[in-house]
Amino acid sequence: MEFFLISMLNGVSYGLLLFMLSSGLTLIFSMMGVLNFAHASFYMLGAYFAYQTSLKVGFWWALLIAPLAVGVIGALVERFMLRRVHKFGHVPELLLTFGLAYLVEEFVHLVWGRSSVDYKVPAALDHPLFTLYGTTFPAYRGFMMGVALLMLLAIYLLLKRTRIGMVIQASLTHPDTVEALGHNVPRVFMLVFGGGCALAGLAGVIGGNAFVTEPGMAAAVGSIVFVVAVVGGMGSLAGAFVASLLIGIIQTFAVALDYSFVNLAALVGVAITPQTPLYVVWKLTIAQVAPIMPYLFLVLILIFRPRGLMGTREG
Amino acid sequence: MAAIRFQPINLARWIIWGGFALLLIIMPHLFHQGFALTLLCQIGTIMIFSLSFNMLLGQAGMLSFGHAVYSGLGAYIAIHTLNLIGKNGLPFPVTLLPLVGGVAGAFFGVLFGYVTTKKSGTPFAMITLGIGELVAAMALMFPDFFGGEGGISTNRVAGKPLLGVITYGPQIQVYYLVAAWLFLCTAAMYAYTQTPLGRIANAVRDNPERAEFIGYETQRVRYLVLILSGFFAGVSGGLASINFEIVSAENVSAIRSGTVLLFTFIGGVGFFFGPMIGAVLFGLFIVVLATITNAWLFYLGLFFVLMVMYCPGGIAGLIMMQMPLLRARRLKEMLPSYGIALAAGLVLLAALIPAVEMLYYHSLESASGGPEMKFLGTQLNVLSAPPWIGVAVLAVAGFALLAVARRKVRAQWDKVMGEIASGGLS
Repeated sequence: MEFFLISMLNGVSYGLLLFMLSSGLTLIFSMMGVLNFAHASFYMLGAYFAYQTSLKVGFWWALLIAPLAVGVIGALVERFMLRRVHKFGHVPELLLTFGLAYLVEEFVHLVWGRSSVDYKVPAALDHPLFTLYGTTFPAYRGFMMGVALLMLLAIYLLLKRTRIGMVIQASLTHPDTVEALGHNVPRVFMLVFGGGCALAGLAGVIGGNAFVTEPGMAAAVGSIVFVVAVVGGMGSLAGAFVASLLIGIIQTFAVALDYSFVNLAALVGVAITPQTPLYVVWKLTIAQVAPIMPYLFLVLILIFRPRGLMGTREG
Repeated sequence: MAAIRFQPINLARWIIWGGFALLLIIMPHLFHQGFALTLLCQIGTIMIFSLSFNMLLGQAGMLSFGHAVYSGLGAYIAIHTLNLIGKNGLPFPVTLLPLVGGVAGAFFGVLFGYVTTKKSGTPFAMITLGIGELVAAMALMFPDFFGGEGGISTNRVAGKPLLGVITYGPQIQVYYLVAAWLFLCTAAMYAYTQTPLGRIANAVRDNPERAEFIGYETQRVRYLVLILSGFFAGVSGGLASINFEIVSAENVSAIRSGTVLLFTFIGGVGFFFGPMIGAVLFGLFIVVLATITNAWLFYLGLFFVLMVMYCPGGIAGLIMMQMPLLRARRLKEMLPSYGIALAAGLVLLAALIPAVEMLYYHSLESASGGPEMKFLGTQLNVLSAPPWIGVAVLAVAGFALLAVARRKVRAQWDKVMGEIASGGLS
């Protein structure tokens, strides 16, 4: 029970962080059809910016400044780079963001060096929140979950309850009509791209110190975020939410479980020994398989439900 | 009716392919240092790899982020076969080893392609990324097959020598093996573009809906193309395993997949020979530039982004743009404006390179080496103002020159092309 609750909490908090990342990606994709390959790079930039600003003005200001700075960079990227290749189609857009991911990583090397930086959890949150069966749950994890849920609420309200949200939703399906009504659709795109990047930046601010802020952090989550977007259903925000939680929980549980087929077979009374054919497969523990779980999940989803968990269209 | 050509003896084709073969034969005599020979072998294998990649990206519109899976797994199967030949005396000639890699690549194409080609466009790209990560992660899970961190190593001098003398011990013999396979594969891949499958792959790229309408199942076309492409990727993997005598998890990694994508695109995906230019650039970047500077990945990323933004046809596209001028014998009228553009580019490079090098030096090495950086025989103090002012001045001058060059090139281009077009009508 103790193991279950603690793993569940950790899994949910990791899943919520994944959602913060994938929500921006999904939002951008559903609006502009652009898959932002550099999305995780913006996450990394968020973490580094937060580290730099928190040295000067403290964590709380960094929580505000870093996502805004990342958002501005995102908007500039849309305005001066993506818009230029937009007319060539979606594949060049994807290639551009792919190249951008290289550039951002090298930029981080250039400015902060090749090793990790000492981006710490703020002192105000550096204490246990509660103790469960003798295991403490850090307050910062609780804070992460709170921020993610607040963000979810804010996106929901922004999209469903405000005027700009209406315009964004309308531009999604009927860009020409929206333009005819006098709205500047390219500017809406720029705002959405910048906003999506800012969300990634926010995830970086609160994820960078919960995990570790290093040049490899973008590559570490980058492909997982794509898995979340595909599993949830391309362009579905609700799907991204479910998929993030699912993958977060599965991964957290998997790394802690040290069982393999050998144990399973022993339970039903079959002994698997090194002489059994394919022993290398049977002896793998769930913990060892954990890194490939999300990708296996992706393949299974694609075979059995190609439009994703909550996707509305195939494509 | 211009599309129907029947030319039993196509002179241009004989000249081009003959020239290509001749070039492959004399190359090692032009560059005969040991280092150059290894580099040539590497470029040859990458050439096959990037051509196979372009079967997907350029010819069928399938952007794959996991193409290293096929070359890498092909390389693994090939190197295990090579070990069997060497240690267990399997009677199989080393000369045909790339074929083993190719069959393995095609096999994994059948396996993974079934899942990935269900989608096209952006979702296809994401799924190939996922499959690539899956295989890369598995490489560390099954150390018996993948050799863990250290990889699998071998000795390519195995089995009976070909014709009694060719053992593939000396690098020059490996070079000619690579060259022969390169020639064969290039010819096969070019021939493929002329087949009905190659043509319908173009149609699926340009307009999948209409391809479906005339009775072709696009998913099936993508699947077949992927299998073929996997075959040639596997051949290049097999050659790489002979060339390096080691295959490690790096061969199936996302980095390898990304590299082939970058260079294929830079070379140019719109034309058959584009990826070959990309492979040569790969040699220059990865092998030469990477030994000179820490920042080569930055230059590569920047180069790639600029290509995507301003020159989506790649270098091959730039070359082919000049063809109408060349045919009208009017290329020389463009040369003055090209000269200005070249000068602008050189000035900008002269600003960019010291700036990037100084930044890298500052962040990576100044802690141990002090603020003085050696650069092209001079000492630059990265913390003092003068080098930075110099860089800024060069940058401003470069951008100003670039603005002039853009205007001149465009004006001259419109003028010459307009005259060619109206001349053609009269």
